[in-house]
Amino acid sequence: MLRWTLVGLSRLVSGARARWVGCEPHPRQRIYFANHTSHLDTLVLWSALPSSLRPLTRPVAARDYWGATAPRRFLAERIFNAVLIDRAPTDPLVNPVAEMLQAMGHRHSLIIFPEGTRNSTPEPGTFKGGLYYLARERSDVELVPVFMENLNRILPKGSFLPVPLLGGVTIGAPIRLDASEEKADFLARARAAVLALHST
Amino acid sequence: MKTLVIPLVLLGTIVPAVAPADGPARWLLEGVLGLLVVASVTGWVMSRRVTTEAGRKTVQNMNVRIRAWWFMAALFGLALFIGRIGTTVLSGLISFLALREFITLTPTRPGDHQSLFWVFFVITPLQYYLVAVEWYGLAIIMIPVYAFMFIPIRSALQGDVKQFLERTAKVQWGLMVCVYCVSHAPMLLSLDIPGYGGQNAKLLFWFVLVTQLSDVLQWIWGKSLGKHKIAPQVSPNKTWEGFIGGIASATVIGAALWWATPFTPAQAGAMALVVTLIGFGGGLVMSAIKRDRGVKDYGTVIEGHGGVMDRIDSLCFAAPVFFHLTRYWFTT
Repeated sequence: MLRWTLVGLSRLVSGARARWVGCEPHPRQRIYFANHTSHLDTLVLWSALPSSLRPLTRPVAARDYWGATAPRRFLAERIFNAVLIDRAPTDPLVNPVAEMLQAMGHRHSLIIFPEGTRNSTPEPGTFKGGLYYLARERSDVELVPVFMENLNRILPKGSFLPVPLLGGVTIGAPIRLDASEEKADFLARARAAVLALHST
Repeated sequence: MKTLVIPLVLLGTIVPAVAPADGPARWLLEGVLGLLVVASVTGWVMSRRVTTEAGRKTVQNMNVRIRAWWFMAALFGLALFIGRIGTTVLSGLISFLALREFITLTPTRPGDHQSLFWVFFVITPLQYYLVAVEWYGLAIIMIPVYAFMFIPIRSALQGDVKQFLERTAKVQWGLMVCVYCVSHAPMLLSLDIPGYGGQNAKLLFWFVLVTQLSDVLQWIWGKSLGKHKIAPQVSPNKTWEGFIGGIASATVIGAALWWATPFTPAQAGAMALVVTLIGFGGGLVMSAIKRDRGVKDYGTVIEGHGGVMDRIDSLCFAAPVFFHLTRYWFTT
Protein backbone atom coordinates (compact mmCIF):
# COMPACT_ATOMS: atom_id res chain seq x y z
CA MET A 1 0.00 0.00 0.00
CA LEU A 2 2.66 2.48 1.10
CA ARG A 3 4.81 1.19 -1.72
CA TRP A 4 2.16 1.94 -4.34
CA THR A 5 1.55 5.37 -2.87
CA LEU A 6 5.24 6.18 -3.07
CA VAL A 7 5.55 4.91 -6.62
CA GLY A 8 2.47 6.90 -7.66
CA LEU A 9 3.70 10.02 -5.89
CA SER A 10 7.14 9.73 -7.43
CA ARG A 11 5.70 9.39 -10.92
CA LEU A 12 3.35 12.32 -10.30
CA VAL A 13 5.93 14.72 -8.87
CA SER A 14 8.72 13.92 -11.29
CA GLY A 15 6.52 12.95 -14.22
CA ALA A 16 9.25 10.39 -14.80
CA ARG A 17 8.55 7.41 -16.93
CA ALA A 18 11.22 5.06 -18.13
CA ARG A 19 12.21 5.31 -21.78
CA TRP A 20 13.79 2.03 -22.76
CA VAL A 21 15.89 3.07 -25.75
CA GLY A 22 18.67 0.46 -25.59
CA CYS A 23 17.03 -2.61 -24.09
CA GLU A 24 13.70 -3.97 -22.93
CA PRO A 25 12.54 -4.53 -19.36
CA HIS A 26 13.57 -8.06 -18.45
CA PRO A 27 13.92 -9.98 -15.16
CA ARG A 28 17.45 -11.16 -15.99
CA GLN A 29 20.15 -9.92 -13.62
CA ARG A 30 21.31 -6.45 -14.40
CA ILE A 31 23.23 -3.60 -12.85
CA TYR A 32 21.60 -0.29 -13.68
CA PHE A 33 24.10 2.54 -13.25
CA ALA A 34 23.04 6.18 -13.39
CA ASN A 35 24.19 9.74 -12.86
CA HIS A 36 23.36 11.02 -9.39
CA THR A 37 22.04 14.54 -8.85
CA SER A 38 19.21 14.30 -6.35
CA HIS A 39 17.95 12.38 -3.35
CA LEU A 40 15.00 11.52 -5.54
CA ASP A 41 17.13 9.50 -7.97
CA THR A 42 16.82 6.21 -6.12
CA LEU A 43 13.07 6.54 -5.67
CA VAL A 44 12.42 7.79 -9.18
CA LEU A 45 14.54 5.22 -11.00
CA TRP A 46 13.14 2.40 -8.92
CA SER A 47 9.55 3.67 -9.41
CA ALA A 48 10.06 3.99 -13.15
CA LEU A 49 10.69 0.24 -13.46
CA PRO A 50 7.73 -2.00 -14.26
CA SER A 51 6.11 -3.37 -11.11
CA SER A 52 7.23 -6.91 -11.95
CA LEU A 53 10.88 -5.86 -11.86
CA ARG A 54 10.75 -3.72 -8.73
CA PRO A 55 10.89 -6.58 -6.19
CA LEU A 56 13.87 -8.00 -8.08
CA THR A 57 15.80 -4.75 -8.22
CA ARG A 58 17.73 -3.50 -5.19
CA PRO A 59 19.10 0.04 -5.05
CA VAL A 60 22.52 0.41 -3.47
CA ALA A 61 22.38 3.28 -1.00
CA ALA A 62 24.77 5.04 1.35
CA ARG A 63 24.36 3.87 4.91
CA ASP A 64 25.42 7.26 6.30
CA TYR A 65 22.36 8.88 4.67
CA TRP A 66 19.71 6.18 4.32
CA GLY A 67 20.50 4.55 7.61
CA ALA A 68 20.74 7.79 9.58
CA THR A 69 17.13 8.13 10.75
CA ALA A 70 14.35 5.63 11.41
CA PRO A 71 12.03 6.78 8.57
CA ARG A 72 14.86 6.70 6.04
CA ARG A 73 15.95 3.29 7.21
CA PHE A 74 12.37 2.08 6.98
CA LEU A 75 12.08 3.37 3.40
CA ALA A 76 15.40 1.90 2.39
CA GLU A 77 15.01 -1.50 3.98
CA ARG A 78 11.30 -2.17 3.86
CA ILE A 79 10.21 -0.39 0.71
CA PHE A 80 13.14 -0.48 -1.69
CA ASN A 81 14.85 -3.51 -0.18
CA ALA A 82 17.99 -1.41 -0.54
CA VAL A 83 21.54 -2.57 0.00
CA LEU A 84 23.06 -0.17 2.52
CA ILE A 85 26.81 0.19 2.23
CA ASP A 86 29.51 2.30 3.85
CA ARG A 87 30.91 4.86 1.46
CA ALA A 88 34.10 5.18 3.48
CA PRO A 89 34.52 1.95 5.40
CA THR A 90 36.73 2.36 8.48
CA ASP A 91 36.95 -1.36 9.03
CA PRO A 92 39.35 -2.84 6.45
CA LEU A 93 37.47 -6.13 6.62
CA VAL A 94 34.31 -4.52 5.25
CA ASN A 95 34.28 -4.65 1.48
CA PRO A 96 31.38 -2.82 -0.18
CA VAL A 97 31.82 -4.70 -3.45
CA ALA A 98 31.57 -8.04 -1.68
CA GLU A 99 28.43 -6.83 0.08
CA MET A 100 26.87 -5.83 -3.21
CA LEU A 101 27.77 -9.14 -4.82
CA GLN A 102 26.28 -10.99 -1.91
CA ALA A 103 23.11 -8.87 -2.08
CA MET A 104 22.69 -9.71 -5.74
CA GLY A 105 22.99 -13.42 -5.37
CA HIS A 106 21.69 -15.10 -8.46
CA ARG A 107 18.34 -13.41 -8.49
CA HIS A 108 18.50 -9.67 -7.88
CA SER A 109 19.47 -6.73 -10.03
CA LEU A 110 21.14 -3.64 -8.59
CA ILE A 111 20.78 0.10 -9.05
CA ILE A 112 24.03 1.93 -8.41
CA PHE A 113 25.21 5.51 -8.70
CA PRO A 114 28.91 5.10 -9.50
CA GLU A 115 29.79 8.72 -8.72
CA GLY A 116 29.29 7.78 -5.08
CA THR A 117 27.73 11.13 -4.24
CA ARG A 118 25.27 13.59 -5.65
CA ASN A 119 26.60 15.98 -8.23
CA SER A 120 25.31 19.53 -8.56
CA THR A 121 25.54 19.55 -12.36
CA PRO A 122 23.62 17.26 -14.73
CA GLU A 123 26.92 15.95 -16.12
CA PRO A 124 28.18 13.08 -14.01
CA GLY A 125 31.50 13.37 -12.21
CA THR A 126 34.14 10.66 -12.46
CA PHE A 127 32.96 7.17 -11.66
CA LYS A 128 34.39 5.33 -8.70
CA GLY A 129 35.80 1.85 -9.06
CA GLY A 130 32.87 -0.16 -7.67
CA LEU A 131 31.24 -0.64 -11.04
CA TYR A 132 34.49 -2.01 -12.45
CA TYR A 133 34.93 -4.58 -9.68
CA LEU A 134 31.31 -5.66 -9.99
CA ALA A 135 31.71 -6.06 -13.74
CA ARG A 136 34.89 -8.09 -13.27
CA GLU A 137 33.34 -10.45 -10.75
CA ARG A 138 30.04 -10.89 -12.54
CA SER A 139 30.67 -10.90 -16.28
CA ASP A 140 27.31 -12.66 -16.77
CA VAL A 141 25.36 -9.61 -15.59
CA GLU A 142 24.20 -6.90 -18.00
CA LEU A 143 25.51 -3.42 -17.18
CA VAL A 144 22.78 -0.98 -18.16
CA PRO A 145 23.47 2.78 -18.33
CA VAL A 146 20.68 5.09 -17.17
CA PHE A 147 20.43 8.85 -17.56
CA MET A 148 18.38 10.75 -15.00
CA GLU A 149 17.21 14.02 -16.49
CA ASN A 150 16.06 17.14 -14.67
CA LEU A 151 15.99 15.46 -11.27
CA ASN A 152 18.59 17.99 -10.14
CA ARG A 153 16.06 20.70 -10.96
CA ILE A 154 13.19 18.93 -9.23
CA LEU A 155 15.05 18.41 -5.96
CA PRO A 156 18.60 19.77 -6.13
CA LYS A 157 21.32 19.01 -3.66
CA GLY A 158 20.77 20.99 -0.51
CA SER A 159 17.04 21.55 -0.95
CA PHE A 160 14.09 20.06 0.90
CA LEU A 161 11.26 21.25 -1.31
CA PRO A 162 10.60 19.63 -4.67
CA VAL A 163 9.48 21.61 -7.71
CA PRO A 164 7.23 19.55 -9.99
CA LEU A 165 9.10 19.78 -13.29
CA LEU A 166 9.11 16.97 -15.80
CA GLY A 167 11.89 14.49 -15.24
CA GLY A 168 13.11 11.71 -17.44
CA VAL A 169 14.65 8.28 -16.99
CA THR A 170 16.38 7.04 -20.14
CA ILE A 171 17.61 3.47 -20.13
CA GLY A 172 20.31 2.62 -22.66
CA ALA A 173 21.96 -0.40 -24.24
CA PRO A 174 23.96 -2.72 -21.93
CA ILE A 175 27.75 -2.46 -21.98
CA ARG A 176 30.34 -5.10 -21.09
CA LEU A 177 33.80 -5.11 -19.60
CA ASP A 178 36.29 -6.16 -22.28
CA ALA A 179 38.76 -8.80 -21.22
CA SER A 180 41.79 -6.57 -21.67
CA GLU A 181 40.22 -3.28 -20.60
CA GLU A 182 41.91 -1.18 -17.91
CA LYS A 183 39.87 0.05 -14.95
CA ALA A 184 40.12 3.73 -15.84
CA ASP A 185 39.21 3.11 -19.50
CA PHE A 186 36.19 1.05 -18.56
CA LEU A 187 34.94 3.64 -16.06
CA ALA A 188 35.36 6.43 -18.60
CA ARG A 189 33.46 4.38 -21.16
CA ALA A 190 30.67 3.65 -18.66
CA ARG A 191 30.38 7.35 -17.85
CA ALA A 192 30.27 8.19 -21.55
CA ALA A 193 27.49 5.62 -22.02
CA VAL A 194 25.38 7.43 -19.41
CA LEU A 195 26.16 10.83 -20.88
CA ALA A 196 25.35 9.67 -24.42
CA LEU A 197 21.74 9.11 -23.34
CA HIS A 198 21.39 12.80 -22.55
CA SER A 199 20.30 13.81 -26.01
CA THR A 200 18.60 10.68 -27.30
CA MET B 1 -6.16 1.39 -31.84
CA LYS B 2 -5.66 4.22 -29.36
CA THR B 3 -7.25 6.40 -32.02
CA LEU B 4 -10.61 4.84 -31.31
CA VAL B 5 -10.40 3.56 -27.75
CA ILE B 6 -9.72 6.83 -25.94
CA PRO B 7 -12.61 8.65 -27.68
CA LEU B 8 -14.97 5.79 -26.87
CA VAL B 9 -14.04 5.85 -23.20
CA LEU B 10 -14.45 9.63 -23.03
CA LEU B 11 -17.71 9.45 -24.94
CA GLY B 12 -18.94 7.03 -22.31
CA THR B 13 -18.18 9.56 -19.59
CA ILE B 14 -19.57 12.60 -21.38
CA VAL B 15 -22.91 11.25 -22.58
CA PRO B 16 -24.37 10.59 -19.10
CA ALA B 17 -23.32 14.12 -18.12
CA VAL B 18 -25.02 15.63 -21.16
CA ALA B 19 -28.24 13.68 -20.91
CA PRO B 20 -29.99 15.85 -18.30
CA ALA B 21 -29.11 19.12 -20.08
CA ASP B 22 -31.49 20.83 -22.44
CA GLY B 23 -31.54 23.72 -24.88
CA PRO B 24 -28.44 25.44 -26.22
CA ALA B 25 -25.98 23.77 -23.83
CA ARG B 26 -27.06 20.38 -25.06
CA TRP B 27 -26.96 21.38 -28.73
CA LEU B 28 -23.43 22.71 -28.31
CA LEU B 29 -22.19 19.54 -26.69
CA GLU B 30 -23.98 17.25 -29.09
CA GLY B 31 -22.58 19.21 -32.01
CA VAL B 32 -19.06 18.95 -30.64
CA LEU B 33 -19.42 15.26 -29.87
CA GLY B 34 -20.78 14.58 -33.34
CA LEU B 35 -17.86 16.47 -34.85
CA LEU B 36 -15.36 14.55 -32.76
CA VAL B 37 -16.89 11.19 -33.61
CA VAL B 38 -16.63 12.06 -37.31
CA ALA B 39 -13.05 13.28 -36.81
CA SER B 40 -12.00 10.16 -34.92
CA VAL B 41 -13.50 7.79 -37.46
CA THR B 42 -11.92 9.77 -40.31
CA GLY B 43 -8.56 9.72 -38.53
CA TRP B 44 -8.83 6.00 -37.97
CA VAL B 45 -9.74 5.27 -41.59
CA MET B 46 -6.91 7.52 -42.80
CA SER B 47 -4.39 5.84 -40.53
CA ARG B 48 -5.22 2.52 -42.22
CA ARG B 49 -5.09 3.88 -45.75
CA VAL B 50 -2.00 6.04 -45.57
CA THR B 51 1.01 4.71 -47.45
CA THR B 52 3.75 7.36 -47.65
CA GLU B 53 6.01 8.26 -44.75
CA ALA B 54 5.09 11.97 -44.90
CA GLY B 55 1.42 11.06 -45.03
CA ARG B 56 1.80 8.84 -41.99
CA LYS B 57 3.35 11.73 -40.06
CA THR B 58 0.48 14.05 -40.97
CA VAL B 59 -2.17 11.51 -40.04
CA GLN B 60 -0.39 10.72 -36.79
CA ASN B 61 -0.22 14.40 -35.95
CA MET B 62 -3.92 14.74 -36.75
CA ASN B 63 -4.84 11.82 -34.53
CA VAL B 64 -2.83 13.23 -31.63
CA ARG B 65 -4.76 16.48 -32.02
CA ILE B 66 -8.10 14.68 -32.18
CA ARG B 67 -7.29 12.81 -28.97
CA ALA B 68 -6.37 16.07 -27.27
CA TRP B 69 -9.69 17.61 -28.33
CA TRP B 70 -11.59 14.73 -26.84
CA PHE B 71 -9.95 15.52 -23.55
CA MET B 72 -10.67 19.23 -23.92
CA ALA B 73 -14.28 18.56 -24.92
CA ALA B 74 -14.68 16.31 -21.89
CA LEU B 75 -13.07 18.95 -19.67
CA PHE B 76 -14.93 22.01 -20.89
CA GLY B 77 -18.14 20.03 -21.47
CA LEU B 78 -17.86 19.11 -17.83
CA ALA B 79 -17.63 22.84 -17.09
CA LEU B 80 -21.24 23.17 -18.20
CA PHE B 81 -22.28 20.94 -15.33
CA ILE B 82 -19.81 21.21 -12.49
CA GLY B 83 -20.30 24.90 -11.91
CA ARG B 84 -17.97 27.81 -11.40
CA ILE B 85 -15.79 26.40 -8.61
CA GLY B 86 -15.28 23.09 -10.37
CA THR B 87 -14.31 24.84 -13.58
CA THR B 88 -11.90 27.09 -11.69
CA VAL B 89 -10.20 24.07 -10.14
CA LEU B 90 -9.94 22.34 -13.52
CA SER B 91 -8.45 25.47 -15.10
CA GLY B 92 -5.98 25.66 -12.24
CA LEU B 93 -4.91 22.12 -13.05
CA ILE B 94 -4.43 23.02 -16.72
CA SER B 95 -2.32 26.02 -15.67
CA PHE B 96 -0.23 23.80 -13.44
CA LEU B 97 0.46 21.29 -16.23
CA ALA B 98 1.19 24.02 -18.77
CA LEU B 99 3.52 25.88 -16.40
CA ARG B 100 5.32 22.64 -15.67
CA GLU B 101 5.99 22.12 -19.37
CA PHE B 102 7.02 25.74 -19.81
CA ILE B 103 9.51 25.78 -16.93
CA THR B 104 10.87 22.35 -17.84
CA LEU B 105 11.73 23.75 -21.24
CA THR B 106 13.25 26.92 -19.81
CA PRO B 107 16.72 26.63 -18.37
CA THR B 108 16.79 27.77 -14.77
CA ARG B 109 19.60 27.63 -12.26
CA PRO B 110 19.71 26.14 -8.78
CA GLY B 111 19.30 29.69 -7.45
CA ASP B 112 15.75 29.73 -8.86
CA HIS B 113 14.65 26.69 -6.96
CA GLN B 114 13.03 28.49 -4.06
CA SER B 115 11.26 30.97 -6.35
CA LEU B 116 9.95 28.10 -8.46
CA PHE B 117 8.61 26.41 -5.38
CA TRP B 118 6.65 29.59 -4.61
CA VAL B 119 5.50 29.89 -8.20
CA PHE B 120 4.06 26.37 -8.32
CA PHE B 121 2.73 25.92 -4.82
CA VAL B 122 1.80 29.41 -3.64
CA ILE B 123 1.32 31.90 -6.48
CA THR B 124 -0.57 29.56 -8.86
CA PRO B 125 -3.05 28.29 -6.24
CA LEU B 126 -3.43 31.83 -4.88
CA GLN B 127 -4.38 33.16 -8.32
CA TYR B 128 -7.10 30.53 -8.67
CA TYR B 129 -8.24 31.14 -5.11
CA LEU B 130 -8.73 34.82 -5.99
CA VAL B 131 -10.69 33.76 -9.08
CA ALA B 132 -12.80 31.34 -7.04
CA VAL B 133 -13.74 33.96 -4.42
CA GLU B 134 -14.32 36.53 -7.19
CA TRP B 135 -11.79 39.01 -5.79
CA TYR B 136 -11.51 40.60 -9.22
CA GLY B 137 -9.44 43.64 -8.24
CA LEU B 138 -6.63 41.55 -6.80
CA ALA B 139 -6.89 38.68 -9.30
CA ILE B 140 -5.94 40.98 -12.17
CA ILE B 141 -2.93 42.58 -10.48
CA MET B 142 -1.54 39.86 -8.22
CA ILE B 143 0.75 38.24 -10.83
CA PRO B 144 1.60 41.28 -13.00
CA VAL B 145 2.44 43.45 -9.98
CA TYR B 146 3.09 41.51 -6.79
CA ALA B 147 4.53 38.27 -8.19
CA PHE B 148 6.57 40.47 -10.52
CA MET B 149 8.28 42.02 -7.49
CA PHE B 150 8.32 38.99 -5.24
CA ILE B 151 10.05 36.52 -7.58
CA PRO B 152 13.20 38.59 -8.21
CA ILE B 153 13.41 39.41 -4.50
CA ARG B 154 13.29 35.73 -3.60
CA SER B 155 15.85 34.88 -6.30
CA ALA B 156 18.15 37.73 -5.25
CA LEU B 157 18.11 36.46 -1.67
CA GLN B 158 19.37 33.17 -3.06
CA GLY B 159 22.47 35.04 -4.22
CA ASP B 160 23.00 33.70 -7.74
CA VAL B 161 23.50 36.68 -10.07
CA LYS B 162 24.33 34.85 -13.26
CA GLN B 163 21.81 35.73 -16.03
CA PHE B 164 19.64 37.15 -13.28
CA LEU B 165 17.39 39.34 -15.42
CA GLU B 166 16.94 36.63 -18.03
CA ARG B 167 15.99 33.97 -15.50
CA THR B 168 13.58 36.21 -13.64
CA ALA B 169 11.96 37.29 -16.89
CA LYS B 170 11.45 33.70 -17.96
CA VAL B 171 9.77 32.66 -14.75
CA GLN B 172 7.55 35.75 -14.79
CA TRP B 173 6.66 35.12 -18.41
CA GLY B 174 5.70 31.52 -17.70
CA LEU B 175 3.46 32.68 -14.88
CA MET B 176 1.81 35.32 -17.05
CA VAL B 177 1.05 33.00 -19.95
CA CYS B 178 0.29 29.73 -18.20
CA VAL B 179 -1.42 31.00 -15.07
CA TYR B 180 -2.53 34.60 -15.35
CA CYS B 181 -3.85 34.42 -18.92
CA VAL B 182 -5.50 31.01 -18.53
CA SER B 183 -7.20 32.12 -15.30
CA HIS B 184 -9.25 34.60 -17.34
CA ALA B 185 -11.20 31.68 -18.80
CA PRO B 186 -12.89 30.70 -15.50
CA MET B 187 -13.22 34.42 -14.68
CA LEU B 188 -15.75 34.56 -17.52
CA LEU B 189 -18.10 32.63 -15.25
CA SER B 190 -18.17 35.50 -12.77
CA LEU B 191 -19.28 38.15 -15.25
CA ASP B 192 -22.72 39.60 -14.60
CA ILE B 193 -24.27 39.86 -18.06
CA PRO B 194 -27.85 41.23 -18.10
CA GLY B 195 -30.34 38.71 -19.47
CA TYR B 196 -27.74 35.94 -19.46
CA GLY B 197 -27.69 35.07 -15.73
CA GLY B 198 -26.55 31.57 -14.87
CA GLN B 199 -25.61 30.79 -18.46
CA ASN B 200 -21.97 31.92 -18.51
CA ALA B 201 -20.66 28.37 -18.85
CA LYS B 202 -22.02 28.38 -22.40
CA LEU B 203 -20.00 31.52 -23.13
CA LEU B 204 -16.85 29.78 -21.90
CA PHE B 205 -17.66 26.74 -24.01
CA TRP B 206 -18.27 28.94 -27.06
CA PHE B 207 -14.96 30.72 -26.52
CA VAL B 208 -12.94 27.51 -26.20
CA LEU B 209 -14.75 25.99 -29.17
CA VAL B 210 -14.05 28.98 -31.41
CA THR B 211 -10.34 29.20 -30.53
CA GLN B 212 -9.85 25.46 -30.96
CA LEU B 213 -11.84 25.32 -34.21
CA SER B 214 -9.78 28.21 -35.51
CA ASP B 215 -6.60 26.22 -34.78
CA VAL B 216 -7.84 23.12 -36.54
CA LEU B 217 -9.35 25.01 -39.48
CA GLN B 218 -6.12 26.93 -40.00
CA TRP B 219 -4.33 23.61 -40.00
CA ILE B 220 -6.75 22.00 -42.46
CA TRP B 221 -6.78 25.02 -44.82
CA GLY B 222 -3.01 25.21 -44.60
CA LYS B 223 -2.53 21.52 -45.32
CA SER B 224 -4.84 21.57 -48.32
CA LEU B 225 -4.15 24.97 -49.91
CA GLY B 226 -1.18 26.43 -48.07
CA LYS B 227 1.61 27.89 -50.24
CA HIS B 228 2.76 31.27 -48.94
CA LYS B 229 4.43 31.02 -45.57
CA ILE B 230 3.81 33.78 -43.04
CA ALA B 231 6.89 33.33 -40.87
CA PRO B 232 8.93 30.38 -42.14
CA GLN B 233 11.63 30.79 -39.48
CA VAL B 234 9.08 30.59 -36.71
CA SER B 235 6.52 28.09 -37.87
CA PRO B 236 6.85 26.49 -41.31
CA ASN B 237 3.27 25.21 -41.06
CA LYS B 238 1.63 28.62 -40.88
CA THR B 239 0.62 29.92 -44.29
CA TRP B 240 -1.43 32.88 -45.47
CA GLU B 241 -3.96 30.50 -47.03
CA GLY B 242 -4.36 28.61 -43.75
CA PHE B 243 -4.51 31.85 -41.78
CA ILE B 244 -7.17 33.54 -43.92
CA GLY B 245 -9.23 30.39 -44.51
CA GLY B 246 -9.05 29.29 -40.88
CA ILE B 247 -9.83 32.68 -39.34
CA ALA B 248 -12.65 33.34 -41.81
CA SER B 249 -14.32 29.97 -41.33
CA ALA B 250 -13.93 30.05 -37.53
CA THR B 251 -15.46 33.55 -37.53
CA VAL B 252 -18.42 32.32 -39.57
CA ILE B 253 -18.94 29.38 -37.21
CA GLY B 254 -18.61 31.68 -34.18
CA ALA B 255 -21.29 33.96 -35.62
CA ALA B 256 -23.51 30.99 -36.48
CA LEU B 257 -23.35 29.87 -32.86
CA TRP B 258 -24.50 33.28 -31.58
CA TRP B 259 -27.55 31.66 -29.92
CA ALA B 260 -25.30 30.17 -27.25
CA THR B 261 -23.92 33.62 -26.31
CA PRO B 262 -25.30 36.93 -25.08
CA PHE B 263 -24.23 38.45 -28.44
CA THR B 264 -26.14 39.21 -31.64
CA PRO B 265 -24.89 37.27 -34.70
CA ALA B 266 -22.82 40.28 -35.84
CA GLN B 267 -21.33 40.78 -32.36
CA ALA B 268 -20.58 37.06 -32.09
CA GLY B 269 -18.81 37.20 -35.45
CA ALA B 270 -16.76 40.24 -34.40
CA MET B 271 -15.82 38.57 -31.11
CA ALA B 272 -14.85 35.38 -32.91
CA LEU B 273 -12.68 37.38 -35.31
CA VAL B 274 -10.81 39.17 -32.52
CA VAL B 275 -10.40 36.01 -30.49
CA THR B 276 -9.08 33.97 -33.42
CA LEU B 277 -6.67 36.73 -34.49
CA ILE B 278 -5.18 37.03 -31.01
CA GLY B 279 -5.15 33.24 -30.78
CA PHE B 280 -3.16 33.06 -33.99
CA GLY B 281 -0.67 35.50 -32.49
CA GLY B 282 -0.41 33.36 -29.37
CA GLY B 283 0.35 30.26 -31.41
CA LEU B 284 3.02 32.15 -33.33
CA VAL B 285 4.71 33.44 -30.16
CA MET B 286 4.73 29.98 -28.57
CA SER B 287 6.22 28.54 -31.76
CA ALA B 288 8.98 31.14 -31.61
CA ILE B 289 9.80 30.12 -28.04
CA LYS B 290 9.83 26.45 -28.98
CA ARG B 291 12.10 27.11 -31.98
CA ASP B 292 14.46 29.07 -29.78
CA ARG B 293 14.69 26.14 -27.38
CA GLY B 294 15.13 23.73 -30.30
CA VAL B 295 11.98 21.67 -29.84
CA LYS B 296 9.02 21.24 -32.12
CA ASP B 297 6.36 20.56 -29.51
CA TYR B 298 6.14 21.00 -25.76
CA GLY B 299 4.81 17.47 -25.78
CA THR B 300 8.16 16.13 -26.93
CA VAL B 301 10.23 17.83 -24.24
CA ILE B 302 9.89 14.68 -22.20
CA GLU B 303 8.48 11.79 -24.15
CA GLY B 304 5.12 10.47 -23.11
CA HIS B 305 3.80 13.77 -21.80
CA GLY B 306 0.74 15.43 -23.15
CA GLY B 307 1.90 18.73 -24.57
CA VAL B 308 -0.80 20.74 -22.83
CA MET B 309 0.95 23.91 -23.92
CA ASP B 310 0.74 22.91 -27.60
CA ARG B 311 -3.04 22.82 -27.43
CA ILE B 312 -3.74 25.88 -25.32
CA ASP B 313 -1.24 28.40 -26.73
CA SER B 314 -3.88 30.29 -28.69
CA LEU B 315 -6.33 30.09 -25.81
CA CYS B 316 -3.79 31.67 -23.43
CA PHE B 317 -3.53 34.82 -25.49
CA ALA B 318 -7.19 35.03 -26.41
CA ALA B 319 -8.67 34.53 -22.92
CA PRO B 320 -7.79 37.91 -21.34
CA VAL B 321 -8.81 39.82 -24.46
CA PHE B 322 -12.14 38.03 -24.72
CA PHE B 323 -12.72 38.52 -21.01
CA HIS B 324 -12.06 42.26 -21.12
CA LEU B 325 -14.11 42.86 -24.27
CA THR B 326 -17.06 40.99 -22.80
CA ARG B 327 -16.68 42.72 -19.46
CA TYR B 328 -16.41 46.19 -20.98
CA TRP B 329 -19.23 45.96 -23.52
CA PHE B 330 -21.69 43.48 -22.07
CA THR B 331 -21.74 43.79 -18.29
CA THR B 332 -23.42 46.43 -16.22
